[in-house]
Amino acid sequence: MSTNYEDRQRGGGYDSDDDGDRRPMGGRGGGRRMHRRRVCRFCIDKVDLIDFKDVRLLQNYLPERGKILPRRISGNCATHQRMLAEAIKRARNIALLPYTTD
Amino acid sequence: MDTKRQYEVVFIVDPTADEEVPKLTESFSQIITDQGGVVTKAETMGKRQLAYEILHHKDGTFVLLEVEGSGREIAELERRMRVNDRVLRYITVRVDEDRRRAEKLKARRARKAAKRPTQGSHARRGAPMEFADANSE
Repeated sequence: MSTNYEDRQRGGGYDSDDDGDRRPMGGRGGGRRMHRRRVCRFCIDKVDLIDFKDVRLLQNYLPERGKILPRRISGNCATHQRMLAEAIKRARNIALLPYTTD
Repeated sequence: MDTKRQYEVVFIVDPTADEEVPKLTESFSQIITDQGGVVTKAETMGKRQLAYEILHHKDGTFVLLEVEGSGREIAELERRMRVNDRVLRYITVRVDEDRRRAEKLKARRARKAAKRPTQGSHARRGAPMEFADANSE
């Protein structure tokens, strides 16, 4: 149950773990592309507001580099991605989250 | 126009002036009340590390104020914070509109949930879950 950052990131962020239902798309693309049903976690949890002070949550959507995780990877719906991006930007403004890390 | 607006103000206080935090919070709250606003919440979020350096400071004390008012007190508060050397950074977010929207969504969901059960069980009997929604449309 310990809220390790690494663990949480894998749960909420990239869905690139090797297990699970991957199947090549359309026969082309050398099998690199895989289709996986992505769902917006915020929709599942029925989140209506994303608080910019909730660093724990927002960090799930900031990979090492500090860039906002794109929707095509996280699977967020447009509405929630917009809310999330807004929250992250606010958090960056007051130094809760980094603009960049290298 | 005269509906109250709600704001969240977060500001970072210089960590070397830690003992001044209560005093600063107090004086900022005073400014709000003088301008006719109401401070609904004043909370010190504690000292934490900054994600990047601000004026060569690596950490700072975060304070959260929740303010209700017309917006004029925010202008005054921001002016004071800008001038104050102890305040490394501040951010003001208007929250009432977003909160109202969240309330609305919540209410709508509750309404839908009250209506759904009969419909849901009906659909589930036949088609697999993925298609149930498409059919009922």
